[in-house]
Amino acid sequence: MGRSLNLKELTRETPPLGPGHRLCAGCTASAIVRLVLMAADRPVVVVNATGCLEVATTVYPYTAWNMPWMHNAFENAAATVSGIEAAYRVRMRRGELREPLYFVAFGGDGGTYDIGLQSLSGALERGHRFVYVCYDNEAYMNTGIQRSSSTPLGSWTTTTPVGSVTVGKSTRRKDLTAIISAHRIPYVAQCAISHHMDLMRKARKAFDATGPAFLNILSPCVPGWRIEPSDTVRVSQMAVDTCFWPLFECEEGKLRVTVQPKEKKPVQEYFQIQGRYRHLLRPEHEALVAKMQQEVDQDWQRLKEGRIL
Amino acid sequence: MQQETRTLTGNEAVALATKQLRPHVVAAYPITPQTGIIETFSEYVSNGEVDTELVLAESEHSAMSICVGAAAAGSRVATATSSQGLALMAEIVYIAAGMRLPMVMAVTNRALSGPLNIHCDHSDSMMVRDSGWIQIFCRDAQEAYDSILIATRLSEKQSVRLPAMVCYDGFFVSHNLTPVQILTDESVFSFVGPFKAGVDLLDTLHPATMGALALQNYYLEFKRAQAEAMRQALDWAPQIQEEFRLVSGRSYGMFQQYRLEDAQLVLIALGSVSRTAEVVVDRLRSAGWKVGILAPRFYRPFPRAELSSALVGKRAIAVLDRADSCGAFTGPLGLEVKSALFDHGVTVPVWNMIYGLGGRNITEQDIEGIFFQLLKIVQTGTAPPEDADYFGVREGPAEAGGSQKWVEVSTLRN
Repeated sequence: MGRSLNLKELTRETPPLGPGHRLCAGCTASAIVRLVLMAADRPVVVVNATGCLEVATTVYPYTAWNMPWMHNAFENAAATVSGIEAAYRVRMRRGELREPLYFVAFGGDGGTYDIGLQSLSGALERGHRFVYVCYDNEAYMNTGIQRSSSTPLGSWTTTTPVGSVTVGKSTRRKDLTAIISAHRIPYVAQCAISHHMDLMRKARKAFDATGPAFLNILSPCVPGWRIEPSDTVRVSQMAVDTCFWPLFECEEGKLRVTVQPKEKKPVQEYFQIQGRYRHLLRPEHEALVAKMQQEVDQDWQRLKEGRIL
Repeated sequence: MQQETRTLTGNEAVALATKQLRPHVVAAYPITPQTGIIETFSEYVSNGEVDTELVLAESEHSAMSICVGAAAAGSRVATATSSQGLALMAEIVYIAAGMRLPMVMAVTNRALSGPLNIHCDHSDSMMVRDSGWIQIFCRDAQEAYDSILIATRLSEKQSVRLPAMVCYDGFFVSHNLTPVQILTDESVFSFVGPFKAGVDLLDTLHPATMGALALQNYYLEFKRAQAEAMRQALDWAPQIQEEFRLVSGRSYGMFQQYRLEDAQLVLIALGSVSRTAEVVVDRLRSAGWKVGILAPRFYRPFPRAELSSALVGKRAIAVLDRADSCGAFTGPLGLEVKSALFDHGVTVPVWNMIYGLGGRNITEQDIEGIFFQLLKIVQTGTAPPEDADYFGVREGPAEAGGSQKWVEVSTLRN
């Protein structure tokens, strides 16, 4: 159903997010937005949580958005889109609108894992028909790389420095995708920018879902991950190849791994291409790396067995 | 002018008025003493009496966020809250006004924590008085009902487009049953009219970016425009209230007055206390006292000029504040009145009192005592204290640093 997901053809259309915005060179957030929105075969109304994507695309009097777009605050994108979707439903019912629309909310991991989790949970439980996209760059990047509950164990941020007493973040990341799936919504998936067709197919399923849908998309960040602008897609590919960021979907409660790496690589290969993990390559942190490898292996095994938790 | 009298609580009257607005979206979270509004409205929705998307949010913060989204999406929106709920909303209360989104919110006034207290005072509304919302304070359930309708018209006026709060006293008004005159659904809807969006987010042919980032080069102009909208609200309110009078027969000003014209001693207060004071005024009037009441109805915009000219020639004024402004040593209404009088060159002694916090009762005798104190100020020519008094408070003995002014008031009324 709908138009085909042919990237070559879709990129000839007016881009939903136009050029000229102020995101960093190499930033994956803009590519995520374009891929998600190109997968929609109806007009889309976008809500944006406060964050990099929002501040970099709508500096008044300019906007990079070629579609209806709204920003309210940091922690309330899901509640805001709930209100818009409720207004849409009643206005359709009263005959004030005729055009079928999709609704999507974009938030970073700060606005989703942390400060906006309650708002998101409420919106999912109420069953509003919308897609929530978390572009997950694993820290508060907009305010300058502070840890979030998505920041992985051992990762450097400005609030989890590598010092003589503590070494990066001391706790595991929160498994948000599992938390969202516990809401028993029709569609939940993890995606990566390196696997764009997988991402677009999942976005299409999310738009077509009969209720709320959630996409957690890894979003490598040039300044925050201490990587080159030209390396963001390569780093994303390595996150998938090491199973550090596994790609799967949970459709009507049924879990399926969508991308199986040909050869599962050790996590060191993911760490060594990012400045934020550089310290982990030192011999004194071998035990920490081994622990992280073990966690990745356990998570991957569980997903392959069809269990999200 | 077909109307029906029903015996309703303030909350029921507000729920009924909200239904008659035919809102597209109502989003709310229950909190004492507002809960009755949402319960009553839920019954309307459940019985198909109104075609509204009722969104029962998981918090007031989300409720207000939903209202902002829905209002941006071209719909008439209503909500209600109290106290901690309004405090939790506060961030988005400012955004609703900053984005110039019309909506109406009933605020069932209740004290703010801490300590925790569920009873009436105005500290919740006062906390967001600078947010850019229109604020109307009501004396009873009838005014609450009428003000929901008036506030909606004013809020949606194209040159205003500011959200509006209808504030009324928790329990005193929200829970007491009183007779309320109800307009027909048709006459309400012809008064408020269908909702007309300014910018409609759901208009995909004319895509809008709403809630952009405005930095040093634009923020100030946005805020200036918002201040001008409040000025427009001040200008339009009288006309809209006059239109309401033609529909309902009930007449409202920017403030309500009771035997004020020739009064020499004046009590100024927001909310239900001024109804209690009317009984006292009648009693003192029959004893030959020239006393009267001024009850500000619009707190935002505050009718500074009109209020000042109504107070020219008065001998002494008591301003009762059901909220404090810690560190100003004067309550918020006291500050407002003193500032307006100063700017308009009206010299009258003003005695400011903080009273009734956390629902502490104030009686007819107490109010009589206040008028006696005003008389004493006039007779002795002594200036009232610069700082606000705390009416009826139990303070420690003077030697322990406390004050015993309350004793003086009690003595006077005996």
